[in-house]
Amino acid sequence: MESIFVNLKGAILGVLGKFMPEWTMPIHSIMISITAIAVLGPAIMMYLTLMERKVVGRMQNRIGPNRVGKWGLLQPLADGVKMLTKEDIVPKGADPVLHLLAPILIVAPALLLFAVLPFGKGMIAVDLNVGILYFLAVSSTTTIAIFMASWGSRNKYSILGGMRAVAQMISYEVPMVLSVVPVLLVVGSLSTRQIVEAQASGWFVLTPWGFFGAVFFFLCTVAECNRSPFDLPEAESEIVAGFHTEYSGMKFALFYMAEFMNCFSGAALTTTLYFGGWQGPGFLPSWIWFFLKTYSFIFVMMWFRGTLPRLRVDQLMGLAWKFLLPLTLVNILAAGLWYYLGGILKFFIPLVLMAGSFTILTWLNKPYVPEKREYQFAD
Amino acid sequence: MDVLNTIVNAGIYALMGLGVIAALGAVTCRNLFHAGLCLAVVLIVVAGTYLSVGAEFLAMIQVLIYVGAVLTLIIYAVMLTARLSGGEASASNGQAGPVFAACALFLAFMAPRLMKTPWPVSPSALSATLSVNGLGQSLMTTYVFPFEVLGILLFAVLIGAIVVARKDKA
Repeated sequence: MESIFVNLKGAILGVLGKFMPEWTMPIHSIMISITAIAVLGPAIMMYLTLMERKVVGRMQNRIGPNRVGKWGLLQPLADGVKMLTKEDIVPKGADPVLHLLAPILIVAPALLLFAVLPFGKGMIAVDLNVGILYFLAVSSTTTIAIFMASWGSRNKYSILGGMRAVAQMISYEVPMVLSVVPVLLVVGSLSTRQIVEAQASGWFVLTPWGFFGAVFFFLCTVAECNRSPFDLPEAESEIVAGFHTEYSGMKFALFYMAEFMNCFSGAALTTTLYFGGWQGPGFLPSWIWFFLKTYSFIFVMMWFRGTLPRLRVDQLMGLAWKFLLPLTLVNILAAGLWYYLGGILKFFIPLVLMAGSFTILTWLNKPYVPEKREYQFAD
Repeated sequence: MDVLNTIVNAGIYALMGLGVIAALGAVTCRNLFHAGLCLAVVLIVVAGTYLSVGAEFLAMIQVLIYVGAVLTLIIYAVMLTARLSGGEASASNGQAGPVFAACALFLAFMAPRLMKTPWPVSPSALSATLSVNGLGQSLMTTYVFPFEVLGILLFAVLIGAIVVARKDKA
């Protein structure tokens, strides 16, 4: 049960090796991993849409979809058929090349990110020794696709939404990269597999810098996926649907798919970096632990959606630049102190440093509240 | 294994060909946004070239910095300064003929000399492998002065950006 997928891949390669020439074996090995990811990605996304509707529905005191199949389990298939059969409307003044390419170029990085996630022991598609850097680099190319979508639609709401989306994404990339740095400091390697294996003695979230780092990284991931409460770029009550206003049918489904796949890979990276990846007690296989942890983070993202109101654009940018950025820099210092100190101080000095800077920055970022006015009315 | 190597080499040459076509597109496209996107393709092809010679760290940094940040800045500039119908760039100003002749002359002069020069390659460079640890250590010991100067330069850029973008207190 533990290495069922590794054995399956080995068996398929063994069968293929009997009648295929020797030089095709690396190609077959890669193609099996790619096929697994290409099937897994959209399947995950389909059932994430159902999970979101049920979870947010329960939080709003109603049942989600429950008519199509038991518990609504066939709802994503119905959604897929609906998206495929909808008319594909392209506005007359839209730039045809940009309008067509944007959904494709936003799904491609989302799918490429699955290549460096360690799904289980020995189950990683490509073991790059710059895995984390690959993740950050590929997720930063999504901004170009959002620009293309917003500009190609030739619609003022789209451009407004696109500008806000890109500003939000590039602002939250900085604290995201900086909150990964303490993990790299302590592990000494950029490879995701080695980061998971270095947490065998204790998950990083149980250290003072790891706790704060996990919170910051998770917040930045939620902001990068444009999810509530950071979903101003696609807020339906504000600017219709932002940068994907003019898309219908399968192209909209591709935007939706990219958002959910980014959610999944962000949650998966949070578990890899801070929560031990596939590690867990031995009564469950490693890949089940990985999926359990990842889905609990996705549940937290949906919990945010059902509970919190949307942030205004200046509050959103202020959070990234004035609050998260200084805190992540202090976190790096705290991680360095934790690494070199020993004894009883090892835990307390970084904790005091982080808690102190959190308090100071919260106090410094207080919004301006004008003083209460006293009105004197004529009698 | 020879077949696999041939396939890999063919793929790398095809990628470089795509880069040349995209570079031509970047300088001849009339629509500024399309030209910016062709530039993105060129930058990604350069990252692919870095990957093909084994410089993985450099390839990822190329994508992160050039495609993720510099190109975003270029496209912001195009979007904020063009009208909604798309900025048009004139692709030629009448000097194409003489420039082409001059470039052909330069190529004819330099190419034989480039091919005949014995470029020295040290054996340590040929067998070098990626080591992020080694990169970090050399940045902190051998190359610490350029590293700190770059830090000061970036700091000056940040301050300049804030000063330029500040609202004037009238």
